[in-house]
Amino acid sequence: MFKKTLVGAVAALALSAGTASAQFTDNKVKIGVLTDLSGTYSDLAGQGSVLAAQMAIEDFGGKLNGAPIELVSADHQNKADIASSIARKWYDTEQVDAIFDLVTTAAAVAVREVSREKGRIDMNSGAGSTVLTNDKCSATGFHWTYDVYAMAVGTGNAVVKQGGDSWFFLTADYAFGHDLEAQTAKVVKANGGTVKGSVRHPFPNADFSSFLLQAQASSAKIIGLANAGSDTINAIKQAKEFGITQAGQSLAGLLVFISDVHSLGLDTAQGMMLTTGYYWDRDDASRAFAKRWSEKMKGRMPTMVHAGVYSSVLHYLRSVEKAKTDEGAKVAEQIRTLPIKDFFAVNGKVRADGRMVHDMYLAQVKKPSESKGPWDYYNILRTIPGDEAFKPLADSTCALVKK
Amino acid sequence: MMTVFGIPAAALFGQLLLGLINGAFYAVLSLGLALIFGLLNIINFSHGAQYMMGAFVAWLLLTYAGAGYWVALAVAPVLVAVVGIIIERTMLSRLYKLDHLYGLLLTFGLALIIEGAFRQLYGISGMPYAVPKELAGGWNLGFMYLPIYRGWVVLASAVLCLGTWFAIEKTKLGAYLRAATENPALVQAMGINVPVMITLTYGFGVALAAFAGVLAAPVYSVNPLMGSNLIIVVFAVVVIGGMGSIMGSVLTGFMLGLLEGLTKVFYPEAASTVIFMVMVVVLLIKPAGLFGKGA
Repeated sequence: MFKKTLVGAVAALALSAGTASAQFTDNKVKIGVLTDLSGTYSDLAGQGSVLAAQMAIEDFGGKLNGAPIELVSADHQNKADIASSIARKWYDTEQVDAIFDLVTTAAAVAVREVSREKGRIDMNSGAGSTVLTNDKCSATGFHWTYDVYAMAVGTGNAVVKQGGDSWFFLTADYAFGHDLEAQTAKVVKANGGTVKGSVRHPFPNADFSSFLLQAQASSAKIIGLANAGSDTINAIKQAKEFGITQAGQSLAGLLVFISDVHSLGLDTAQGMMLTTGYYWDRDDASRAFAKRWSEKMKGRMPTMVHAGVYSSVLHYLRSVEKAKTDEGAKVAEQIRTLPIKDFFAVNGKVRADGRMVHDMYLAQVKKPSESKGPWDYYNILRTIPGDEAFKPLADSTCALVKK
Repeated sequence: MMTVFGIPAAALFGQLLLGLINGAFYAVLSLGLALIFGLLNIINFSHGAQYMMGAFVAWLLLTYAGAGYWVALAVAPVLVAVVGIIIERTMLSRLYKLDHLYGLLLTFGLALIIEGAFRQLYGISGMPYAVPKELAGGWNLGFMYLPIYRGWVVLASAVLCLGTWFAIEKTKLGAYLRAATENPALVQAMGINVPVMITLTYGFGVALAAFAGVLAAPVYSVNPLMGSNLIIVVFAVVVIGGMGSIMGSVLTGFMLGLLEGLTKVFYPEAASTVIFMVMVVVLLIKPAGLFGKGA
């Protein structure tokens, strides 16, 4: 009798011990930030994203389930093959539970496939293409900060309404550039404008003189820059050098970050319209985040990608805590249902296609005389509500969206 | 309106002129590389990093010393050449007796270190550097608007390349240098200080890279990666032109700039690869290069 009870008690203990440790794989939560640490996009994402993730972990409390939350980071060098092999290594041998940032669409899509295969979470703050919430959508994959549709709707609409009704595109020759051009062309045409032509340049590219000349020859009123990072900066600088803006054509930077404006200088960038998900000087909470971030980043100010990484990491940790497990599918459910509360995701909610819909802002770069100091660069012209900024769920080609 | 293969003639001439301008950068950089390889037998992979240093020194001079473009054109090559000479004296000179590959590995490693250091200090987005007032603005040539600065780039490059070629091929100093590379022991026995000549030649090659960097600062973004993107193309130019031929690499630089310009008009997506396709063809048909000596 006693022996049966003993065996029973031991069995019960053994079983319960087993279930407790199965809730959190390896008894801890481990986060990976996979970004461009050294190339074209390293200022708009890069080390700043790693810092943003660290700040989110600190603000959450640093621990989950009694164990410290671990953070690893790596450089995917904007290459899909490097990104997917790092992701695989992280998931298979380093117990990473979720990957963040993932700037550069090619790398993002590669990691999305690996994450889907392994049932782990990827929350993208850096890449632009809408393919992440359409053809490549996944139950454990999320698109957090911005996408090319929001850029097209925000900047494209604003520029056309100002009178820029004929466009020529300078497009980065890879998935992101093509997508940004396609979305903006749709918006231009929907507003009654025309697209006079486009040219695709290698990614990355230093000399735009030849492509700008072709843009000039098209006599389009607006030269749309469907590229990002140092490509956009070089194109804008060289357009000024070739007298393109003086001759009457305007440039529309379709994806411009505050780091780009800083590099160009207000003299060159003034008057440019852009759409952003975050501006450091917009309100007190944004300023508080920026001040903390800036102290460790030599006085620079965060871009929307950095703010998005902070927000996605914090929301992930809260979702893991609520789900009481780090198992991908269960956390993903919580990510979709838990309300998002931070300075970044204003009116934010996560949809079935993985898109985090939130307010975006239409901004215009200040004139040098209007700026009171470094990084005081934007006038926020209007707030674009999330439902207007992002592609309607009904138009999504994502398999998870029930029609 | 006349069209050539469907492109208006005016647009084509504009693109060819731009190609010539890019070719000027390739020419100056490949001149330095060909000089260093042809006369010293070193494959200087840090050439791109030295070009980048030239541009950064120009920016530093402007930001911290208030020294403008013209001062930078004279001072930056000298400063970077001094760094180059230090590298040569302390590290490279030990490798002359060894296989080419050691020199390549050393200079490649140095390039990575230098670029990494600058990236740590200055980030990737680039530093602003304005076109000097005297060269600002442009001329409306009818078929295109040519910024005066770009015209200056072609002029400066052409003068520099011609001057260097003349010095190497036609002057006594050049003759000593060429003799020293062919038979250093004999030339040394004649009383000419061969190691000093080699060091100064490396320094001059580095100075050429830095000069190209200062030329590039107002038009290309002054960022730590500006050299690494360019150096691969320049190597292809030198290989096509012939590793030992100075005039060859200069002419090839201009020619390939034109070819790249044409590609950008007809099929821009291939613009970054067309030079390598030419390199493959040349290596298959004439491995010594178009102007190279030897089998």
